Amino acid sequence: MTRRPALAPELRDDLLRERPRLFGPTPGDWALRAAAGLVILAVLGFSLWRVDATPERIAEGIGRLGFLLQFMWPPTAGGELWRLVMALLETLAIALIGTVAAAVASYPIGFLGARNILRMRLLRLPLRRALDVIRGVDVLIFALIFVAAVGLGPFAGILAVAVNDVGNFSKLFAEAIENTDDGPAEGAAASGCSRLETIRFAIVPQVMPVILSHILYFFERNVRAASIIGIVGAGGIGFELSERIRGNYWDEAAFIILMLLVTVMVIDRISHRLRLRIIGR
Amino acid sequence: MSTTGPPHDPESFAAHHARLRRRQTLRNVAIGAVALVVLWGAARVGEVDPAQFWAGFPRLGNYISDILPVIRLEHFGADVSEWMWGLDRWLALILDTLVIAVLGTALGGALALSGSFFAARNLAPYEWLGAIARRIHEIGRTVPEIVYALIFVYAFGIGPFAGVLAIILHTWGALGKLTAEANENIDMRPVEAAYACGCNWATSMRLAAFPQIAPNFLSYALFRLEINVRAASVLGIVGAGGIGQELYLAIRRFEYTDVSAILLLLIILVAIIDITSEHLRHMVIGRGAEVRA
Repeated sequence: MTRRPALAPELRDDLLRERPRLFGPTPGDWALRAAAGLVILAVLGFSLWRVDATPERIAEGIGRLGFLLQFMWPPTAGGELWRLVMALLETLAIALIGTVAAAVASYPIGFLGARNILRMRLLRLPLRRALDVIRGVDVLIFALIFVAAVGLGPFAGILAVAVNDVGNFSKLFAEAIENTDDGPAEGAAASGCSRLETIRFAIVPQVMPVILSHILYFFERNVRAASIIGIVGAGGIGFELSERIRGNYWDEAAFIILMLLVTVMVIDRISHRLRLRIIGR
Repeated sequence: MSTTGPPHDPESFAAHHARLRRRQTLRNVAIGAVALVVLWGAARVGEVDPAQFWAGFPRLGNYISDILPVIRLEHFGADVSEWMWGLDRWLALILDTLVIAVLGTALGGALALSGSFFAARNLAPYEWLGAIARRIHEIGRTVPEIVYALIFVYAFGIGPFAGVLAIILHTWGALGKLTAEANENIDMRPVEAAYACGCNWATSMRLAAFPQIAPNFLSYALFRLEINVRAASVLGIVGAGGIGQELYLAIRRFEYTDVSAILLLLIILVAIIDITSEHLRHMVIGRGAEVRA
């Protein structure tokens, strides 16, 4: 079999002049790719050096991790099952009240942050930047601050979860309100509704399912958050967990982690179902 | 509800309407009552005490005014430099925080990307392998970073390395699930074509599946980086490196103005990362396509 003749060199050059990437990346592309690769490698290398990730350290740590796993087996409640269940309930309570309080507080803020409700940029933009700052701080930092301000206990945890989520909810609610269809609002206004009535009858029905589904989603997240803020003394099961780990009771720590895993998975499943039903799929 | 629809004569229509209204009211009252009982129970367990709440408010105000620095216009420079007296050390710790987040996202993202091809129901080479991959992702994302960090600090010693490992595990789970879902929505024809040309599983994934999810994956990973910077900022509380430890100590020792100084640096870092990442995400996936938190 004879090979088909290659493209005539002149034709090839013509084509390449017109479409430089016709036969694959140009030398310039390759140089750019190599440079990008080098930068990424340099960043990763520097980072690995910075965190002191030596092979000996990794090997040693993995060995110790193996020991820990042995200590963790079998998980046991250490005769304090009731106490742990109560702590878990406290975690759920913190998540629930924190989420509800944040949602109630964010509802009006969300309307003020929405472009189609509050038309004054000068008022709206600072509000949204302030919310961005709240969202930029982790819930554990809020927990630390509230423990320092109002004392140890679940109340500090509730405040931390609620304040952190006011930042999240207000932004999401505002976006949901901005994404509503203008038609119903125009219709309501045309039939003589006041501004407030327009919001109540044309916008609220549109955003309610979205808002409810956000609330459920953040309840899931907050159960996770509420399970760790006990580490800094803000109530819930995190306190029990960090005490067990600090005291080397690894079998009890493993039991608590398993309790958490099961609880979070069950809540996620239920909430996922509910959310799908609310959005109507 | 009747299957034939509402009756047509006005009287029975009114009766029908009243019945429906009654039923709806009853349902709303029942839901409201259950919600109230649950909230009341939660408030009892959570030790919510209105008196404490009102007492806490002024204390909170005091706390905020305590942590704010005194900055006078006449010696602005001196006041700011006194406020930021630990700037060098804090910036180094902020860099550590960023390094933990970047490394954790990159390595966790690599694990998530490779895991996602196993975890996707339409691509998994074996059913049991897919089930295992999905379980790994589920456990990875269900346990909070800080719990991993508590454990790794014991195994690998105090310092940012434990934090990196904690972020890697959580990122693996969270990103792995999202990417697997992206994988489940790809067009299968290129994959079938790759198999038909004699590609093995790995090559088919590389050549036919990966190009379809690459923009999504990059955008998810960038979004995860934003989350991980926040997460890395608190790992220091349990000794896993970064600025968290310094912030923890400042709050615990009531070194008030240090708290606000460190918080300010942290907020600046988060803002820079968020803005950069948002910009890159829009470049990768085009405007309007947002990722859910």
